[in-house]
Amino acid sequence: MTTSVVDAESVLAIDVGSIFTRASFFDVVEANYHFVAGGVVPSTAGHPFYDVGEGVYQALERLQQITGRVFLDGEANLAIPTQPDGNGVDRVVLTYSVGTKLKMVVAGLLPDVSLESARRLATSCYGRVVDAIGLTDRRKPEMQVDAILRARPDLIILVGGTDQGASRSVIKLAELVILACRVLPKHQRPQLFYAGNQALSKKIKEVMEKWTTTYVAPNVRPGIDLEDIAPARDILSRAATTIHFDQIDGLQQLASICSTFPIATAHAFGRMVRFLSRVYDPVKGVLGVDLGASATTIAASVSGELALDVLPYGMGKGLAELLKTCPLKEITRWLPMHLPETVVHDYLWQRSLYPAALPLTEETLAIEQAAARQMLYLAIRHSQKNWVLEGMTFEPIVASGTFLCNAPQPWQSLLMLLDGLQPVGITTFIMDQNALAASLGAIARINSVLPVQVLETAAFINLGTVICPLSSARAGAKIMEVRLEYESGGEVRLDIKKGMLIALPLQPRQVARIHLRGSHRIEIDPRSKGGAGIFKIVGGACGAVIDARGRPLVLPKDASKRHELLLKWKKSLSGELVR
Amino acid sequence: MQVAVTHFLPLTHIRRERLLPVNGRVLVKKGQKVAASDVIAEAELRNQHILVDVRQALRLPRNVDVSKLIDRRSGDKVEEGDVLAQRGGIFRRVVRAPASGEIVHISGGQVMIELKGAPQQLLAGFNGEVVEVITNRGAMIEADGALLQGVWGNQRVNGGLLLMLARGRDDVLTDDRLDISMRGSVVVAGHCAQAEALMAAAQLPLRGLVLSSMSADLIPLAEKQEFPILLLDGIGRIPMNSAAYKILSTHEKHDLCINAVAWNAFNGERPEAFIPLPASGQPAPEAVTLKSGKTVRMIGAPYDGVIGVVVNVLSGQTLLPTGLRSAAAEVRLEDNQMVTVPLPNLDVLE
Repeated sequence: MTTSVVDAESVLAIDVGSIFTRASFFDVVEANYHFVAGGVVPSTAGHPFYDVGEGVYQALERLQQITGRVFLDGEANLAIPTQPDGNGVDRVVLTYSVGTKLKMVVAGLLPDVSLESARRLATSCYGRVVDAIGLTDRRKPEMQVDAILRARPDLIILVGGTDQGASRSVIKLAELVILACRVLPKHQRPQLFYAGNQALSKKIKEVMEKWTTTYVAPNVRPGIDLEDIAPARDILSRAATTIHFDQIDGLQQLASICSTFPIATAHAFGRMVRFLSRVYDPVKGVLGVDLGASATTIAASVSGELALDVLPYGMGKGLAELLKTCPLKEITRWLPMHLPETVVHDYLWQRSLYPAALPLTEETLAIEQAAARQMLYLAIRHSQKNWVLEGMTFEPIVASGTFLCNAPQPWQSLLMLLDGLQPVGITTFIMDQNALAASLGAIARINSVLPVQVLETAAFINLGTVICPLSSARAGAKIMEVRLEYESGGEVRLDIKKGMLIALPLQPRQVARIHLRGSHRIEIDPRSKGGAGIFKIVGGACGAVIDARGRPLVLPKDASKRHELLLKWKKSLSGELVR
Repeated sequence: MQVAVTHFLPLTHIRRERLLPVNGRVLVKKGQKVAASDVIAEAELRNQHILVDVRQALRLPRNVDVSKLIDRRSGDKVEEGDVLAQRGGIFRRVVRAPASGEIVHISGGQVMIELKGAPQQLLAGFNGEVVEVITNRGAMIEADGALLQGVWGNQRVNGGLLLMLARGRDDVLTDDRLDISMRGSVVVAGHCAQAEALMAAAQLPLRGLVLSSMSADLIPLAEKQEFPILLLDGIGRIPMNSAAYKILSTHEKHDLCINAVAWNAFNGERPEAFIPLPASGQPAPEAVTLKSGKTVRMIGAPYDGVIGVVVNVLSGQTLLPTGLRSAAAEVRLEDNQMVTVPLPNLDVLE
């Protein structure tokens, strides 16, 4: 894209994660925005610093060392705007995922209707639902109050009633919240987030504000068959950040230097995915996966409509949550070698105690990659229920998260993504190896040109196009003929059999036309029905891949056969397998 | 680079803030000596209520002003059976308090009574002296002695005489090694992978168990025990680090206090064992610069729990055997072997 940059402003994006704090600098280079450099240091929200600002300062110092540009003035303040000598920066945005998870109680009317919408709303931010109160709740009102007192939530999400619909039941729920507030000292009262019948919004705000901080958002269920979470999600994100200001030392001070209100990393990541869905094919959706240390974010969007889920699994502290909710066998099934279950169990628990530690052996790397696969598998299946689109066909899939994107080899990242997500159809995998996607989502609020231009640079890695056909043929049967016609001349023909995972002979950035001809029992891409297709393909870091293993992936029950198969898949993508 | 440290100190001065989660009563005074299991503050958890619907109980229509019939005010203490409201006439009817408590709210014909809850007790956590009382919340306690910081605890607090059962750093605890003579003591052992051993410890009972490590399979069982269980080196089969072993093996029959809280890097809470000593120690730094000469403990196989000394912090990113890249340091292990370890896998000991 060659969009001219009018009034170009440099942007500094700060991301405070639970493990790392990043300062990423963007500026105009040769008429286009580029990611210039990033400074990464350990986060300082907790012991012994208790101030996120310390980590940001260190990250900026690191950035100064890398770029030679001075961002901090003599009094350790950020120089804003850019100085005549070229130092400083014009705009600053902040995303964060550090901090304790918000505890939320959801209150609504029907369990499968408004309460379900409230739950979906709650899982769009870093938090957990600690109780749910609804019309079918058989507890007495005082028991519901006691449940709120015991749970000590930071926030109560109150929903219910279509617009101009039920109001008495909603008022009863609000009275319940007042009862809880009455018995709690002011500083311990949960805040209230109301996203129900809009006819009551003004009254609820007026009455509840006397008891606790109250946010009012558009109804998540304006009609019985209509759910619209997006407007409430944006307001909830802001409410959550405001609560975090009191819980994360230094966050509010940082907010004062930002050009926009700080935004949770998951929310900003969702914004970026939504933004991409407007840029890419409106028929296919865009999927974003951010595998963090404490949480996994799944963002799926089509034509600007976004489903956003934050799950408690992660490659640091989130491993403990995985172990609590997932049978160990579901994790060990992804191991390509025999390791006693106790060894795997012990290792993953120990890793959860040291969230930043790295695997030092082939076996422990395999254990972590197995856990990552299972997290992706669980997260995508959980999120699929909330999606605005059907199926698992996306273009592209954007992968973020340090563990996923800093794997020793790009093919390892791709194989984890394929095994965990199991997409179908034709998909391009984009890897966010500089952890920029969320920052770009935050920047998009103040500069809509920058994200588009940065996306087209080498700041993101194209892992490659993956073709995942669906076929009802038996394993080993020929299901597709592939002809790869190189732009530079020459061609390669391949027969694809059911069950194969194969890297096509296409070098990174090499251009070719791919001709696909499938058998009658194959669907190459559900969005464009049919068993044939010709399109241009550009080699990614892993070339291009055909994944004809079928969906869902079926792993042999016999351990030695399973290990053999997993090793075969590994060799297929690593180039060890001679075709 | 400044990094957090883990303490294994033969003599130090510690200062710990101990706070109730909600306002309550502080039971200690400034200058008071406390033992690990002493209750220093308590609060009544206000989480059980009864809502009495007076209108419904008196079978009154909506147009009757019920408030006039309620004899109580918010803040009144009531005993079970006390009259809350009454209606005169030939067929006099009364509404009585179903339980003792305090009326916290009266509105719309409903009376909410808060029941007396079981007090939540805050224990001192270690033997020491109260140097500051924090009004309604708790106290600041200081003490001198040996400090050992762990990585996992089962959220219990207690103390007793230290009994060194570990015969070496790679000791393994089994149920047959526990006997009645150990009742009431704090046993220090090595690794534990046997559920029977934890159950035997509970049956004696012990006042505490300090282990180098424990199998992950035992976590649910350990969490259920009433006595504190503290892991010094982690989950898995990890021998006790030499610094901890040295301190513990030289203090047999001394008092050992265990505050087995969960490790929370965000708020700085950490499971600890403390041996009060009649000597003055110096406070240890909470963060240090990672540089050559620092003693470190390795995290992760194949060096899990091994102690070494940093020889050189390497510049830039180092390619590790797994293919990952990270900032790293060269470390000389206790057996003189030199290894290159990523910085996130180093736990600095002070």
